[in-house]
Amino acid sequence: MAAIDYPQQAKESLLAGIVALALTVPMMGLRTTSGQDGMVIDIRMGDAALTALGVAVGHFVISLIRQALQQRSPKETKTEKSARLKSVAIWIGWASFAFALTLPVTLNLTENLGLHDKTRYYLDIGILVLTYVMLGWGLNIVVGLAGLLDLGYVAFYAVGAYSYALIAAHFGWSFWVCLPLAGLFAAFFGVILGFPVLRLRGDYLAIVTLGFGEIVRVVLLNWYQFTGGPDGLSRIPRPDFFGLPFKRSSSEGETFHQFFGLDYSSIHRIIFLYYLIFILALITNAFTLRIRKLPVGRAWEALREDEIACRSLGLNPTNTKLTAFAIGAMFGGFAGAFFATRQGFISPESFTFIESAVILAIVVLGGMGSQIGVVIAAAVLIGGTEMFRGLEEFRMLAFGMAMVAIMVWKPRGLLANREPTVTLNGDKEAKP
Amino acid sequence: MSEPLLTVEHLTMRFGGLIAVNDVSFIAEKRRITSIIGPNGAGKTTVFNCLTGFYKPTVGRLVLAGADKEYYLERMDDFRIGQVAGVARTFQNIRLFPAMSVLENLLVAQHNKLMRASGWSVLGLFGVPSYRRAEGDAVELGRYWLEKINLIDRADEPAGDLPYGDQRRLEIARAMCTEPQILCLDEPAAGLNPRETADLNGLLRFIRDDRGVGVLLIEHDMSMVMEISDHIVVLDYGQKIAEGDPESVRSNPDVIRAYLGDDEENDDIDAEAIGDRQ
Repeated sequence: MAAIDYPQQAKESLLAGIVALALTVPMMGLRTTSGQDGMVIDIRMGDAALTALGVAVGHFVISLIRQALQQRSPKETKTEKSARLKSVAIWIGWASFAFALTLPVTLNLTENLGLHDKTRYYLDIGILVLTYVMLGWGLNIVVGLAGLLDLGYVAFYAVGAYSYALIAAHFGWSFWVCLPLAGLFAAFFGVILGFPVLRLRGDYLAIVTLGFGEIVRVVLLNWYQFTGGPDGLSRIPRPDFFGLPFKRSSSEGETFHQFFGLDYSSIHRIIFLYYLIFILALITNAFTLRIRKLPVGRAWEALREDEIACRSLGLNPTNTKLTAFAIGAMFGGFAGAFFATRQGFISPESFTFIESAVILAIVVLGGMGSQIGVVIAAAVLIGGTEMFRGLEEFRMLAFGMAMVAIMVWKPRGLLANREPTVTLNGDKEAKP
Repeated sequence: MSEPLLTVEHLTMRFGGLIAVNDVSFIAEKRRITSIIGPNGAGKTTVFNCLTGFYKPTVGRLVLAGADKEYYLERMDDFRIGQVAGVARTFQNIRLFPAMSVLENLLVAQHNKLMRASGWSVLGLFGVPSYRRAEGDAVELGRYWLEKINLIDRADEPAGDLPYGDQRRLEIARAMCTEPQILCLDEPAAGLNPRETADLNGLLRFIRDDRGVGVLLIEHDMSMVMEISDHIVVLDYGQKIAEGDPESVRSNPDVIRAYLGDDEENDDIDAEAIGDRQ
């Protein structure tokens, strides 16, 4: 593209300035004020000229910026854009990975330096964000890959949490046994939900899944003998570090701080929980990235694109949909088990529709099917709203406005860029 | 060497009071291109939908002679027809997976084979060598067909970005990647220019002669139908009104009447209008 035509720009800006002057002279330059003997005209030509000058200069600057941007962007082809987005996504991915990995250490260091005194608070937010990242990644399998709009995802989160709480409390099994069981139960519920909705899609599917989520919540609320109803379940066993409990002292054997020769601190448990959810989330991510490249992952995406074509190619839509529901639900169940063990107390209050909506918002705003997009959206939506708890009333307002803004400017989500799962001519792609 | 591949017997399809297809019988042979023609609304696509399981026929039997046994298509679920019996189809309005890349479209078509190789995803998750090999083979088969349809350079682009004619050919390649016994094409030449139609003819001949796959074709482009068909079935108002080789169908008075109305004065000109637009 040609260089910017400065004289031409200057001419246009001058014109804009003259037009502005023509407007400002009568509107700003002459002002009526009520003086002692009635109305007096106040002449403020200086202000008017200054404003017009401001318009001209502003016009010049803005058009220069606009041209500079135009020179760069429209020449970009689709493949170039996709390559750029991909490198941005990889960069953000590794940056957030490094940030999340070192967060407890950084927080500890900065606290020792006296920069803040809220390590525990920030870690709690980190745990919360990572939980939602994991939920987002789990739902991403169902919504982003398989294209099945699920408004009742929180049901699986609840099933995971309650399975964990009940199994751990009744049988006294350790966290590491109960966690997979909770995942399995949730997957089972995924299949139960999957069967009746096989024929549905789009809006109808959304309504049924919404109903399913409510059914699960209402059952939890009313089955008093089993779930404790609105009282919830308390005294859920805390996780231990491969047999070492996080306690000041233990009647049966050593505790975590004794074993490692550390001073007792309640923060150890928080850090452990933080890394636990971090690893669980990473497993979800690795699993998703891997299964996307397998035939079943491609079948999910094909089903999202065109179910009739899938049938004509001999894909079994029943199995394909059920695996998507089951696997998505399984990760929801893992996250639920983690939630139960972290809180130590669960009640149906934690599994309302708004949770489903927030998780879905994370997936949609992040860009359907985009793993990094989910991370960013979770950090903004969950971390952001937690951080600004001080601005109580305006929190939800900002939340809503952010959503509207993203949908207006980026209707396909923050980082919507699909990578082929297998390439013929192109490069072999790198990790997330 | 007339070996029946697909035998359609007394196929009838009713939608409430409407009889879309009425007692149609015909045979499509192996390694032959069989065309179904007829005016709009004659029931051609309904026949296809019955064959591929999207509709369950009201009456009739559809027998596909597979390699080892016969398949009764009217009793099978739609996806089983593609999976087991080896019937592949394309659609009148193209149905690709637009957001997926061209090559991925071809891999989805080989889903069942790859599912088995990946041990229903369990082994695939761990990347066992046998699965990697199977996937490599699948990519090679994709490459083979992409070379055939001249799309090898755009293999990694989203299928939805391709021009219309390329999408048509990709859909045929995708159907062929299921390694079918019979390929059912629903108006593959619709919207193609004459050069693209000529290419398409070449591709269909290749599928018939080199791959040995029977082709069942619905088409409105008469010059194309007359040029490449081995056998033509003519439908009108759900009934079969004629059947035979292109020459006999072209001069069949019933066919001419169905297409151009029964104005006797025009008969001679019409015969040419149908047949000789090559």
